[in-house]
Amino acid sequence: MTATELGLPALGGLVGVPTADEPQKAKDYKSDQEVRWCPGCGDYVVLNAVQSFLPTLGLKRENIVFVSGIGCSSRFPYYMNTYGMHSIHGRAPAIATGLAVARPDLSVWVVTGDGDALSIGGNHLIHTLRRNVNLKILLFNNRIYGLTKGQYSPTSEEGKVTKSTPLGSLDHPFNPVSLALGAEATFVGRAVDSDRVGLTEVLRQAAEHRGSALVEIYQNCPIFNDGAFDVLKDEAEAARRIINVVHGQPITFGGGDYAVVREGFGLGVAKTADVSPDDIVVHDATDLNLSFALSRLSTQDLQHTVTGVFRNTARTTYDDAAREQVERAKAAKKPDLAGLLHGKDTWTVAG
Amino acid sequence: MSTDVGNGAAPSGTEVRKLDRVVIRFAGDSGDGMQLTGDRFTSEAAAFGNDLATQPNFPAEIRAPQGTLPGVSSFQLHFADYDILTPGDRPDVLVAMNPAALKANIDDLPKGGILIVNTDEFSKRNLTKVGYAADPLEDHSLTETYQVHKVAMATLTIGALENTGLGKKDAERAKNMFALGLLSWMYHRPTEGTERFLREKFAKKPDIAEANVLAFRAGWNYGETTESFAVTYEVAPAKLNQGTYRQITGNTALAYGIVAAGQQSGLPVVLGTYPITPASDILHELSKHKHFGITTLQAEDEIAGVGAALGASYGGALGITSTSGPGLALKSETIGLAVMTELPLIIIDVQRGGPSTGLPTKTEQADLLQAMYGRNGESPVPVVAPQSPSDCFDAAMEAARIALVYRTPVLLLSDGAIANGSEPWLIPDVEDLPDLTVTFATEPNAPDGTFWPYLRDPETLARPWAVPGTAGLQHRIGGLEKADGTGNISYDPANHDHMVRLRQRKVDGIEVPDVVVDDPSGEARVLVVGWGSSYGPIGAAARRVRKLGMPVAHAHLRHLNPFPKNLGEVLRRYDRVVVPEMNLGQLALLLRAKYLVDAISYTKVQGLPFKAEELQDVLADVIKGVSE
Repeated sequence: MTATELGLPALGGLVGVPTADEPQKAKDYKSDQEVRWCPGCGDYVVLNAVQSFLPTLGLKRENIVFVSGIGCSSRFPYYMNTYGMHSIHGRAPAIATGLAVARPDLSVWVVTGDGDALSIGGNHLIHTLRRNVNLKILLFNNRIYGLTKGQYSPTSEEGKVTKSTPLGSLDHPFNPVSLALGAEATFVGRAVDSDRVGLTEVLRQAAEHRGSALVEIYQNCPIFNDGAFDVLKDEAEAARRIINVVHGQPITFGGGDYAVVREGFGLGVAKTADVSPDDIVVHDATDLNLSFALSRLSTQDLQHTVTGVFRNTARTTYDDAAREQVERAKAAKKPDLAGLLHGKDTWTVAG
Repeated sequence: MSTDVGNGAAPSGTEVRKLDRVVIRFAGDSGDGMQLTGDRFTSEAAAFGNDLATQPNFPAEIRAPQGTLPGVSSFQLHFADYDILTPGDRPDVLVAMNPAALKANIDDLPKGGILIVNTDEFSKRNLTKVGYAADPLEDHSLTETYQVHKVAMATLTIGALENTGLGKKDAERAKNMFALGLLSWMYHRPTEGTERFLREKFAKKPDIAEANVLAFRAGWNYGETTESFAVTYEVAPAKLNQGTYRQITGNTALAYGIVAAGQQSGLPVVLGTYPITPASDILHELSKHKHFGITTLQAEDEIAGVGAALGASYGGALGITSTSGPGLALKSETIGLAVMTELPLIIIDVQRGGPSTGLPTKTEQADLLQAMYGRNGESPVPVVAPQSPSDCFDAAMEAARIALVYRTPVLLLSDGAIANGSEPWLIPDVEDLPDLTVTFATEPNAPDGTFWPYLRDPETLARPWAVPGTAGLQHRIGGLEKADGTGNISYDPANHDHMVRLRQRKVDGIEVPDVVVDDPSGEARVLVVGWGSSYGPIGAAARRVRKLGMPVAHAHLRHLNPFPKNLGEVLRRYDRVVVPEMNLGQLALLLRAKYLVDAISYTKVQGLPFKAEELQDVLADVIKGVSE
């Protein structure tokens, strides 16, 4: 599904970004830097998925930029043979906003983590989504602070015992998808690191979306929060828990045994056999209320986890609008520096 | 009304006294339109050809309770027939629109000064509000000390607008124009400009425009027809350098400097910023000039503002952010990133009273050390400071030059006095503006045929600016320490030491002009060193002591980092060095540390500019001490 398929204006996320002359391979996107994540880190899987996926876009590599903040995942740009900036904690969306506004010919990606995006950088994240800057934001959520060696994060469960919370964390966690939808993000998706196919599909749709795309990726930290998502990786458990949504399709899971139905003002889960087919909710990625209700089906304990694209809708992007304003001003008025400096009221002193 | 109103000719029937300079202060409630009144009188003085300098002074509250002391807003204007340097220490004329304005300002009026009061506001209630037990206008001490003119401005304005159909309340609001008309008459000011201005300003409300013009004329005619004013004054045009002038405030000049830097560099300008007093007018001004290829981005906070500016610079634009002290504190980490990534960036700090929220609408120079050192690690940033409102234009161009040539963040330290003050500006010829063209990297530069983002220009030590989209130059930068040359992450101890020193050497090596010493007699043994907006009062004080027969030298620093190369030698040339600052001695600290000079620090932090008279005393004392 793309914005185009939804009957929206055919202005894709990559319009204006020059395309490559030659076909590319994943290895073209690998930089010469040694990857230094811990063995078994979920970041490797995501890196490989991104490096395999980017060639399918067929863009010039030099027109792709990865901007990151601080944290384990934020080392990502060093491993990509594109342009990249490893910036400061939480500020990547702000820096990427300036870059995207200045350069319509770039495909700009932000790589961030749950601490970087939702704690120190929470303000920038919500405002970037609200403005709908044409950025693809990959939020690696491992529910822990890894680089600082194991403190709880804004997505850790209540009561979590960590180095900084020996008696248990008191914080109530964010649901990142609900947060992004609350900020009226035009594209929100979720994938699990181990699900290469699902992740790639969400990335593809995100890339083609013109506007801010937030992709939450559940990512395992083998050192400080190992097994956080294991229940989603066990085949039998995953079938019961993962609800993958596709625009225009009735929402069922568990091999069709379960379905999503309306329940009060929100959504609930029922056995497919117990409900009429008409009661099964059909996913509509343009319906903000439905997207939000879907986000609430995902619980911190992973009883159910919705994946796929929650929302994909078109709205003028901030950077397009900012450039258009400048272009319109240019068309209306010639820049006349001498005229500006003189203004309306001058006087002349004769020699 | 006669047709000769407002042609600058002498009004009939009064004695005309010629003066070389006059300081007028308009003071009233913040809702009384004192800033507009002062601004218009300034334009009249400018149109007449006087030299001038202005200083508004307004409360941080938008509308403090009416008639109270915190709600007093004033505008001081100094105009003269010679080149002046400051808005004046004390007013010769005080216009007080209410008891609060009288109480807040009367102490500044010297004995014998002219006091013009709007008596209509002197009700018992208004007097009580500001703590007057009795009406001071009835007090003989006031009339004995000053030349007091009591004018029922509101009543007279309402009377003049009787036939306009305007309600009493609307009519009364034009009383500031009555005051302006009266003062314009007293000082033989041309008035067509103001009438034209009013008609343009209220073009959509012609009845209001007409009411203001009528009130303005009523003020003029009041002076002309009543006999309470026996004397009018003439201040001849100043003999300024040849050329075309305009009046300009510091914030406007700064914004124009940014526009010009964009044009002269050929780069798009991206201003990422967050509103803060007293810097917001730079955003307001630049947002009007998008046709020059300027994007203005009002971010969600100070950090995002500078972040967006840096992101734009990374993409090959000229990134700018504007703020005041509290905002600079928030931007520190991003400025550090700009130091590490060695990208051009201009950070404008319009200083105000601190610490913390401090005095948002008052001036101070206390961010110098923050600008120099307010970041973690060894994080050198060039610092430039304008010395007057119009000088902000040149300072902005200079900041852009350094940022673009040396690929570095540059801090520009303006302040509240400069930002809102105004003066005539000799408009530069666009042809004469410096060329700021930059060259982006397009080719691999390393011996191994690859691209090294930290391989430097041997002369400037600047690194190449390779913008995304350039084929073959893909590279990664960031806040982690870089290996010299390749720019790859490096934790090597020796490399870190080398890189810290290299970044410092780059900033230390920035070419800046030598500081020029003003010592007309060439005999001075005392040097006064200043920076920023104290240029006016220091310069005026220096002139005064020279007039008293005491030579003094004045050096004013545009460049605070790096200092001009000749500064050490200049400091050593004099027996004593005096450093007046609106902080607790920050420049003095730097000079002492770097040059081992026993500088005398004279400091004041009252939120107001220095007075020339106080600096005159300071300088005279030091000079006397040296000659004894």
